[in-house]
This record gives sequence, C-alpha cells and structure tokens, in this order.
Amino acid sequence: MEYFLELLLGGLTRGSIYALIALGYTMVYGIIELINFAHGEIYMIGAFTALIVASVLTLQGWNHIAILVIASIAAVIYSSAYGYTAEKLAYKPLRRAPRLSALISAIGVSLFLQNYVLLAQTSDFLPFPSLIPEFKFNAPYEHIISSPEIVILITTTVVMILLTFLIKFTKLGKAMRATAQDREMAMLVGVDVDKVISFTFIVGSATAALGGVLIASHVGQINFYIGFIAGIKAFVAAVLGGIGSIPGAVLGSLVLGWTESFFTGYISSDYEDVFAFLFLVFILIFRPAGILGRSETDKV
Amino acid sequence: MFLTFPIMVIRVNTVENVVEWRWKNMFLIGIGSFFLSFVWRYLIKKRDEGTKKSEFGETEKTPLIQRILKERKIFIPTLIIVSVFALVFPFVFSLYQTNIMITGLIYVMLGLGLNIVVGLAGLLDLGYVAFYAVGAYSYALLNYHFGVGFWAVLPIGAGMGAFFGILLGFPVLRLRGDYLAIVTLGFGEIIRLILENWNAFSFGPSGIANITRPSLFGIEFSVHNATIYLYYIMISLILFTIFVVNRLQDSRIGRAWIALREDEVACQAMGIDKRATKLTAFALGATWAGMAGVIFAAKTTFINPASFTIWESIIILCIVVLGGMGSIIGVITGALVLILLPEYLRAFSEYRMLIFGGILVLMMVFRPGGIVPDVRRTYRFEGIENNHRNNRK
Repeated sequence: MEYFLELLLGGLTRGSIYALIALGYTMVYGIIELINFAHGEIYMIGAFTALIVASVLTLQGWNHIAILVIASIAAVIYSSAYGYTAEKLAYKPLRRAPRLSALISAIGVSLFLQNYVLLAQTSDFLPFPSLIPEFKFNAPYEHIISSPEIVILITTTVVMILLTFLIKFTKLGKAMRATAQDREMAMLVGVDVDKVISFTFIVGSATAALGGVLIASHVGQINFYIGFIAGIKAFVAAVLGGIGSIPGAVLGSLVLGWTESFFTGYISSDYEDVFAFLFLVFILIFRPAGILGRSETDKV
Repeated sequence: MFLTFPIMVIRVNTVENVVEWRWKNMFLIGIGSFFLSFVWRYLIKKRDEGTKKSEFGETEKTPLIQRILKERKIFIPTLIIVSVFALVFPFVFSLYQTNIMITGLIYVMLGLGLNIVVGLAGLLDLGYVAFYAVGAYSYALLNYHFGVGFWAVLPIGAGMGAFFGILLGFPVLRLRGDYLAIVTLGFGEIIRLILENWNAFSFGPSGIANITRPSLFGIEFSVHNATIYLYYIMISLILFTIFVVNRLQDSRIGRAWIALREDEVACQAMGIDKRATKLTAFALGATWAGMAGVIFAAKTTFINPASFTIWESIIILCIVVLGGMGSIIGVITGALVLILLPEYLRAFSEYRMLIFGGILVLMMVFRPGGIVPDVRRTYRFEGIENNHRNNRK
C-alpha cells in the first residue's frame, strides 16, 4: 500500500512538471497552431540559467532560499527572453507560410539552441545543487513524499491558478482567447495580434522555465539533452488532454505522470520512454482530439 | 527588430561559466549580434520587397541552374563531365576520399527517399531513420545468423523497409500534418530504444560487428577493392533511384502526391484515394531507406543503435529542405554539400549541428524553395497571355 502511495505521489509530481511544460505547448498551439519544437529547449535553458545563477550565488555564500528565489526569477526572465526571440526570429516571418515550414523552422531552432548550450557550456551531466530545504514538519512522511516534491506540487498549483485567472479574467486573456478563435477577426476588432502571440510565448516559456528549475533541483543533474525528452513527453501530455485546451493539458500531464510512474514501478523501467511514445501513438489513433478536445473538420 | 536587440545582448550571460568568467566571449557575441541584427533586418526587408514584386506580376529571373537544365547545349556536356568525374573518382582519389564519397552517396539516396515523402507528398516524417535502421539491422542479423549475402538482402532490406512503412503508415496517416511529424518521431525513437534494450535480439548498445562486405558472384575482394566496388554499386543504385523518382514524379501517382500536398479536400473531391496515395508515398520512401540501410551496414561492417538517432533523421530532413523540396538535383546537391563539407572542414565539426539548426531556420524564412527549387511542370497558353499584355498597354 505504501509503495502504491509512493508511486501515486511520484506520478503526481512527475505529472505536475509535465503540466508546466505542456501548458506552453498547448497555449502556443491554441493560438498559432504551431508545434513549438523548441519549447523543450527553452525549458532546458531555464534549468541551465538557474544552475549558473545558483552556483555563482553559492560561491558568494548566500542562503538557500534567497538563491532559490533569485535563480528561479533569473530562469524565468531568460527563458522568456529566449522564447520571445525565437518567436520573433524564426516564427513571425513565417506566419503566412505553410504550416510545414514553420514546423521545420521550429526544429531548426530546437537544434540550434541545443547545440548552442552544448558548445557554450558542456556536454556532460552537471550536478544541480538541491536548493529546496528539507521541511521539519514533513520528516515523518519523508519516505513517501520528499520535501522537493511538496514544493513542486504547491508551485504547480499556484501557477495553474494564476494562469487560469490570467486567461479567464484579464483583458489580455480575453485578447488571447479571441486570437485563438479567429486571428483575422481579432485583428479587425482591435487586438494587437502580434503582441498577443509574443506574450503567449513569454508566458509559456516562463512556466517551462519554472518547470526546469523545479525538476532540475528534484532530479539533481542536468545536461543539454534534457529538453528533448521532456519536450516530447510534455507534448504527449498536451495531445493526450486535447491540444489547445489548458485544463486538458493539466489533466493529460497527470494521466501521463501516473501511467509512467505505475508502469516503471510495477513492470519495467527499461522501456519507459517506449511506453510514453506508444501511448501517444495509440491516443492519436483512437482519439486524435484528446480527452478534452473537440474534433475539428477540415475546411476548404 | 529593435525589441529583440537588447535580448540578443543579454543572451550572452548564459555563456559565462560557473568558475571562469568569460567576459571576452560576452563582448564578441554582443558585437556579433549587433551586426547580425542589422543584416537580418536588411534581409527581411528585401524578402518583403520580393514578395511584393511577385504580387504585382513581375516574375523572377530563372536561376542559373535551371537554365542549365533547360538548355540542351549546356545540359549534355555538364552531364558528361559529371558522369566521367563520378566514374573515375575512385581511381583518382584515395581510399579515404572514396569512403567519404560513399557516405555522401548513401545520404543522397536517403535524401531522395525522404524527398518522396516530404517533398512530393508533403508528409513530414521525422522518424525516417527508423526505416534506415530496419534495413541495416535486417542485413546485419541475416548475415550474422544465416550468412546471407549482400545481394540477397538488398531486396529483403528494401522489402522490410516498405513493410515497416506500411505498418506505421496504416494507422497514422489519418492524422494531420503536425501530428504525423510527432508520431513518426515517436516511432523512430521506439525502434531505436527497442534495438538498444532488446539484447537477445539486437545485441543491445554493443551492436553487431563483422558484417561481410558485398561480393561479386562469389569473388571476395580485399578491403580496397571492396570499397571501390561498393562505390560503383552506390552510383548505379543512385542512377536507378533518380530514374524511378523521375518517372514517378510525372506519373499519375506522383501528381496525386503533389496535389495532396497542396490541398487534401480538393483532392478527395477529384476522386483521389487519400489514404492509399499517402501510404504508397510512405512505403516507397521507406523502401529506399531500407536499401540505404543495407548498404550502410555493408560499408561500415559494424552497426549499433547509436547510428540511428533522431538527429540522423533531422540531418536527412536538412538535406531535403536545403536542397529544395521535391527537386531531385536539389536533393543531390544538398546531400553532397551537407555531408561532404563537414568532412573536409573538420575544424568546424563541433559547430556542425549548430549550423544545421541555423540553416533550417534561415532556409525556411528566406528561401523556402531550397537551393535548387522544384520546377513545376506548367502549361502555358501563350495566346491569352499575349492578349492580356496587349490589353494592358
């Protein structure tokens, strides 16, 4: 039973991190119908920025919580900047081009960023300092849920709530929804579509960066390649929930987190990634629109 | 573009390392991005002017390469020079060069195969390397267990490729473009992970060694001669590929592919079986990957799953995109440029993937057609056009 509970909570943590990354995918897809391949790399850059800032500050002898906060803020700022730049340089000039071109361009960005970090930093796994302190109140439950996991869960929940608020109740959120529905119409009624799209990229990148910081301090090591697998898995999660839908992304991430956690816990860990991909293939075959998505018909 | 400028400079901060502070790098990148942002702005402006021009009916001049193709007087001598060069290549240059050339030619073949799927049918396949792996492993395993020779496996490898292509294509081809890309990517990774983990079947990450080289009617060659022999096999196979693709392009099915790429709904209205057409494209593309895989295994005599990562797929995609989607000569140039240049520019090999990534983006933004864009067969009725012009005057 305890093992089950451990897997359940482990899956929940995993799922919430996927959710942070999946949100960016789903938001971008919802607005410009582009699978942002570089999203995983943005997340990786977030983790790297946090690592650099954190190690510099550790050398200066700051205390843990201050480091954590500053590193996260830096990661969010840098990742957003990268997301924004990528959008400006690689996607915006292609807004009118066929979707295939934008997709290939996104792959190019992903490849570029990955190798950029590889060259500028290193190809080895870097140890990531565990910044999150052990909580005293959690000591008796430590074997079931660790303190970093609690922090991850709380952060994810807070981010979700903020994001929902942003999209549902602010003017910008309204503009975003309008753009997602019909870009030209939104333009006609005075929405600055370019700005909205840039903003979406920034928000998506920021959540991905948070996810990057959290998972890096949880797992304890990062390298330039982490973005790829994480990106693909988050994409699976987004598709699972119905791409373009924000609650769907969260739900899909949790489902994926749990299935992976139970699969590796009870069956085998060798084929964990194979399993994630197979899962994706099956979803797309049987329910291409995802759990919460609506199916669309092709228009001429 | 002014907005991105500060970010480009701030970007530099990630370069600083934990222990050593590399201010010099920061400075260089700052200056570099400053000038690049100007170049970028200029190019974007130029591109927008270009699109405006074509909107007003001014057509661009036909590029040099297409003129060579069109005019027989230039085309035939060029062809002869190229083929003579191809024939004497192994005797003029060293074994090392020939080996590199074979690698280049394998990629030409892969590029042509993927060109059918991506360029003609417009299906973005990111798991193309899976079929390549299938071909390579079918030769390696058959050779290891049963001692089957190269020539017997070549069609088997091709068949296995096609089989896997259909196996994958059957369920997923209902999906729309970008979903298809992801699923094929997933499929490519599945194949690689299985090869890596299923030790009993594929010997895991350690791979299979000592695969026999091809032989001619039972005559075994020395390493040197075998390489030359393989080179000629490659050349003839490429010629065969070019012939097939060329014939396919103008056939009924080739035109159906191009039409499907442009507009699916209209195609179905015209009575094209969408699923069967896409499936043939997929299977044919996979066939070529399978063949290339067999040759790859025969050339290196050693394979392991590390040769079949997702980046391999992306390099092949780069070849097709860079060369020009849908154009045969473009793909050949693309493959030779992308594979041979890094070999000769060893000093820059670290930056290879970085540059590839950059190239993909730049090509998509500035020259979506590639180096040698595909010329669509067009039918023009001169009379009407002339009338039009007269009326305008």
